[in-house]
Amino acid sequence: MSDSHGGGTRTIKVDCLARVEGEGAMYIKIRDNVLEDVKLKIFEPPRFFEGLLRGREFTEAPDITSRICGICPIAYQMSAIHAMENACGVRVEGALRELRRLFYCGEWISSHTLHVYMLHAPDFLGYPSAVEMAKDHPEAVERGLALKKTGNDVMTLMGGREIHPVNARVGGFYRVPARSELSELREKLLRARELALETVKWTATLDFPEFEQDYTFVALRHDDEYPMNEGRIVSNKALDIAASEYDDYFEEQHVDYTNALHCVMKPDGNCYHVGPMARYALNFDRLPLEIQDAAKEAGLAPICTNPFQSITVRAVEVLYAVTEALRIIDAYEPPEESSVTVEPKAGTGYAATEAPRGLLYHRYTIDDDGIIKDANIVPPTSQNQKMIEDDLRRFVPTCLDMADDEIQYVSEQAIRNYDPCISCATHFLKLEVDRG
Amino acid sequence: MTEKPKLAVWKFASCDGCQLSLLDCEDELLTVADHITIANFPEASRAVLDGPYDLSLVEGSITTSHDRDRIKVVRRQSKFLVTIGACATAGGIQALRNFTDVREFMDIVYASPEYISTLETSTPISAHVNVDFELRGCPINKNQLLEVINAFLNECKPNVSPNSVCIECKKRGTACIMVAHGTPCMGPVTQAGCGAICPAYNRGCYGCYGPMETPNTSSLAGWMKDIGVSEDEFRRMFRTYNAEEAEFREEGDRHGGENR
Repeated sequence: MSDSHGGGTRTIKVDCLARVEGEGAMYIKIRDNVLEDVKLKIFEPPRFFEGLLRGREFTEAPDITSRICGICPIAYQMSAIHAMENACGVRVEGALRELRRLFYCGEWISSHTLHVYMLHAPDFLGYPSAVEMAKDHPEAVERGLALKKTGNDVMTLMGGREIHPVNARVGGFYRVPARSELSELREKLLRARELALETVKWTATLDFPEFEQDYTFVALRHDDEYPMNEGRIVSNKALDIAASEYDDYFEEQHVDYTNALHCVMKPDGNCYHVGPMARYALNFDRLPLEIQDAAKEAGLAPICTNPFQSITVRAVEVLYAVTEALRIIDAYEPPEESSVTVEPKAGTGYAATEAPRGLLYHRYTIDDDGIIKDANIVPPTSQNQKMIEDDLRRFVPTCLDMADDEIQYVSEQAIRNYDPCISCATHFLKLEVDRG
Repeated sequence: MTEKPKLAVWKFASCDGCQLSLLDCEDELLTVADHITIANFPEASRAVLDGPYDLSLVEGSITTSHDRDRIKVVRRQSKFLVTIGACATAGGIQALRNFTDVREFMDIVYASPEYISTLETSTPISAHVNVDFELRGCPINKNQLLEVINAFLNECKPNVSPNSVCIECKKRGTACIMVAHGTPCMGPVTQAGCGAICPAYNRGCYGCYGPMETPNTSSLAGWMKDIGVSEDEFRRMFRTYNAEEAEFREEGDRHGGENR
């Protein structure tokens, strides 16, 4: 790392980015006080999921693909399940559909809270980790842990365990909960709703760098729900397509310095933004009024364009997920059967669901025996990777007067705005800043 | 006051789920942090302290030449090295590449496979360095993780049962789903530790904790045949998250091993 900042070349490198899920690096090169190059490198070793799915049964995809990511296994299960049901011409409705949504709420609560308190907040408050932050801010960290735990409680009841849960299947669940089991969860969620509201208010007290951006947001949009498991894929720039048209509008490109594929929009090759900020911007009107009010009180407009404020958007989504989980529990009548029968049928199925980090697209081709012939999975971090580099390209020039270690600190924070999941993207990251 | 022991957490090819188990110990995390120094845990902290480390937890399998070298450096810096999860103890789901030509997989996933550097196989940590203890599961059980951390820091043997999942079903009071409902279940040959979750959710165990001590897989094969499980289905049951474990690999090979 160079300590000169004026003329000459400065290189800032982070070989192993911390507080992201998986392994990645950052490289920044500044020459004569002009930013010359930014690379987000993903060196997480590839695991070839699309390859190893070939020859497996269609019913195995949810459990196998959940192993792509231990932070958001339910997202993989839900995208795989909906894609297989799409291939077989089955729609799952009623209480089973609601239970899937409840299950997903658990993952949103837990994954977002992990990021808000343990991965992102330490950047704003100047600590290396949440454990260190806990020494000065014990109430905040304890609030985060309690809230996260409630998310895990939802996943554990609905799925058997919080990481790689076992209960979801093509057609529904292996076992559905009794009303009495949900009533115990309800008490925890009532407490979690207070913690989630406090979290929204607490994130609003953090200092955000000025960095408003003109993003192309892409997320699901549903007729009457804040999106989780289904909807049209829409953008704020006139895109409105079905999941089955995804490959016509987006493509994955392989670049030489990273093990993750960069996803861009056709035909211009432009980057786009998926995740909480995109969902929120495109679906603000689908949030209950009291949650819209909480967002406004926390300083969020109906469209938030400063990625550093994503921490507040995540907190708003946690509040939503807790509220939605309570709504589902209060209306719950157990279904007669825990699943519907899904017979395999040769064809191709498509699904996109909203993982905590953004749109997660699965496509499978199966034969009449239900054997997988082809699989394609596009995780949110692959889609955001180019967007993250683009943010750094605009953000770093605003901090050239800083020392290299400060540039490194704020650049890492800018990367963590996206809660990047590198394990997912290789199916991601190391920082190098080169001032030459 | 004596210095607190230093803990390091290392990641190789994996999903992050097993190290997340430590952050999922919401009730215990801050207490654990009172008694140890989290010296190297990139998923949780920017601060990295140099080794040596009293205990290294290793997640993930070895799939690149770089990682094959890196694990040796980790071993040299670690008083105790414990592997956590199916990837680190058995090669993980990505070891399914060992049953095929990895170049075929690269062509499927990546448009420009020449940019990718990978080994032909995914192998457990024990294939490369001496391992002091292997904690199984896909994912590991967080209570077992706390037990292992506690045991190694106090230099005693972890209390982790080598029994089968069947024992945990009995403890939990779950009626045998294979006997009662004819549901195919790998519980009789799979190591306990998860708490027998799947049968309690009306589903057969799918073997994510790997083989128990001396599993009788051929007897299970007979049972499976009787309840109508095909050879292809049976082989696939053994070829999942612990496919590279000898007992599971050999049983799978006996049922059409030439196929994936």
